[in-house]
Amino acid sequence: MTTLVALEKVTKRYGTHTAVNDLTLEFGEGQCIALVGHNGAGKTTLIKLMLGLTHPTAGRVRVLGEDPLSAAGQRARLAIGYLPENVAFPASLTGLEMLRFYGRLKRQPRPECEDLLAQVGLTAAAHKRIGTYSKGMRQRLGLAQALLGAPRLLFLDEPTTGLDPFLRQSFYGIVAALRGRGVTTVLSSHALSELETRVDKIVVLHEGTALISGTLESLRTMARLPTIFRLRLRNGLAGKVPAIFEGLAAGSVAADGAIELSCTADRKIEVIRRAQGLAGLDDIEIQSPSLDQLYAAFLQDKQSAS
Amino acid sequence: MSNLWIIAGKEIRDGLRNRWIVATTLLLAALALTLTFLGSAPTGTVGASRLAVTVVSLSSLTIFLVPLIALLLAYDAIVGEFDRGTLLLLLSYPVARWEVVIGKFLGHLAILAFATAVGYGAAAVALVLTDGTSEGLTTFAAMIGTSILLGAVFVSIGYLISAIVRDRGLAGGLAIGVWLLFVLIYDMALLGLLVVDKGRTISAAMLDVLLLLNPADAFRVLNLSGSGGASQFAGMAGLSDNAGLSPAILLTALALWIALPLGGAALALGRRQL
Repeated sequence: MTTLVALEKVTKRYGTHTAVNDLTLEFGEGQCIALVGHNGAGKTTLIKLMLGLTHPTAGRVRVLGEDPLSAAGQRARLAIGYLPENVAFPASLTGLEMLRFYGRLKRQPRPECEDLLAQVGLTAAAHKRIGTYSKGMRQRLGLAQALLGAPRLLFLDEPTTGLDPFLRQSFYGIVAALRGRGVTTVLSSHALSELETRVDKIVVLHEGTALISGTLESLRTMARLPTIFRLRLRNGLAGKVPAIFEGLAAGSVAADGAIELSCTADRKIEVIRRAQGLAGLDDIEIQSPSLDQLYAAFLQDKQSAS
Repeated sequence: MSNLWIIAGKEIRDGLRNRWIVATTLLLAALALTLTFLGSAPTGTVGASRLAVTVVSLSSLTIFLVPLIALLLAYDAIVGEFDRGTLLLLLSYPVARWEVVIGKFLGHLAILAFATAVGYGAAAVALVLTDGTSEGLTTFAAMIGTSILLGAVFVSIGYLISAIVRDRGLAGGLAIGVWLLFVLIYDMALLGLLVVDKGRTISAAMLDVLLLLNPADAFRVLNLSGSGGASQFAGMAGLSDNAGLSPAILLTALALWIALPLGGAALALGRRQL
C-alpha cells in the first residue's frame, strides 16, 4: 500500500499552547481514516498541517510525497480536496459561479462543476445566490468543491455538522463511493456512532497526541470492553441466569426479565454457541462496545494514568 | 488562465454583484459632472480651455475621494476573508499566497479604474460635446490615468493594513487614519513647518522629498504643476517653477508607493499562520 500521508514526530505550538504533540502517523492509499477526539484535541490543526496552511514547530510532514509548504507541495494540492469546518462562501455569488471559480483554480471545465452540483443535489439551486442557501446546502456546496478534480486525497473536517439524517446518509454514500474508487479520505468528527461501519482506521486524538489508532476491531480488543448479550427466554424460564454460562460470562436479570450476559471479546462465540442450545430461547441481542464507549474508555485510561 | 486572473475575475464579479462598481462609478460621475459645469462657469471667455480648468477641480476631488474609495475597497480584502473563513479554503487550493494578494489587488484596481475612467470620462465627453473642442483632452486623460495610479497606491496601502491586522474593525480604523493622515493632516503639518521654518533649514530638495513621501502630494504636483498648462489655474505655477520634481520622478514615487505596501502585504500573508 502506497503511503499518501506521513507525519514524523510533528509538534505544533501556538504560543504556549501545544495543539499537536510529537505525533507520528501514516495514512495509506484508499483508506478511510477517522480523526476522533473532543474539541481542542488537535484534529483541525492536524488537517491544517497536512494542507500546508500552517507549518509545524518541529517534525516532518509529507503529503503525496511532498512537503505541503513547498512549491511542489502547492502543486500537489491539485490532487487534494478539503472541506473545512464551518465552510463559508461569499454570499453574493451563485453556487455555480463559486464552483466555477474553484474549478478554474483546479483547472476543471464547466461540465465537471455542473456534474458535481448534480451529485450533491444542488442543480436546482445552481443559479441562486449562496446568501439564500441553508446550512445544509452550503455544506453540500462545500463537499462539491472538495470533490473537484477527482482528488486522490480528501480532508473532511466535521463534514456532517448541520446536516439532517437524510443528508448524512447521502453524504456517507458519496464517501463510500469515493472509497470504492481508491480515494484516501481523512475525516474528523464528533459523531462517533456515525463513523463506526464506515472507516478503515480510527485515530483517537487527545491533547495533540494519538491516544490510540487502529481498526475498530483492534481498538475493541485493546480496550477490553465487554460484549453485552441480552437473551429473551419464553415465560417460565425467565428470571434466572442459566447455569451453562457460569464461569464464561457474568450474568444478571434485567428489569424486563431479559437475561444480560457480559463477557470479553474472545468468549463471544462460545457464549453464542451455548445460548443456541438453551431451550425456549426467543431472541438474542448482541451489543459490541460502540466507538463512543471505546473513546470514553481510552480517555478514562489516559486520565487515570496521568 | 493564470491564477492571478482567475482571482481578479472573481473579485470583479463580486464587485459587480454587491454594487460597488455601480455605486462608485455613479458617485464619481455625478461629482465630476457637477464640478465640471459649476466649477468651470467662472472662466467665462478668458480663453482658458474648460477641460484644463476642470482638470484642476477634478484633481482636488481625486485627492479626497479616490484614496477613500480605494481604502474602503481594500481594508477588508484579506482580514475580512480570514474572518469569514473563505481565505482558509482558498489557500488550500494550488495557489501561492502572493497570487491571492496580487490577484485580488488587480481585481480591486480594475473596479477602481473602471469607476474613475467612466465617471470622469463622462465629464470629459460632456465638455467636448458642449464646447465642440477637444483642447486639453490629453491633460484630462493624464489626470484620469494618474487618478487611477493614486487609487492603486491606496488600494495597496489598504492591503498592507488588511494583511497585518487580525481584526476587521481595527483594519477599518487604520484605513480611515491613513486617509486622514495623507489627505488632511500631512499637508497642514507640512505647511505649518514651512511657515515656522521660514526657509532656514528646509531646502528645496528637502521639500521635494517631503512631497514625495505623501502619495497624494506627488499626485497633486504631477497634475497641477505639470506641463498641461493647468498650473496657471491651480495657483501652483510658483511651486512648479521651483520644484525639481520631474514627472518621471513623481511617477516613480507613485510606483514605489504601490509596489512596497503590496509587497509587504504579500509577505505578511505568506508568513501568516492559519
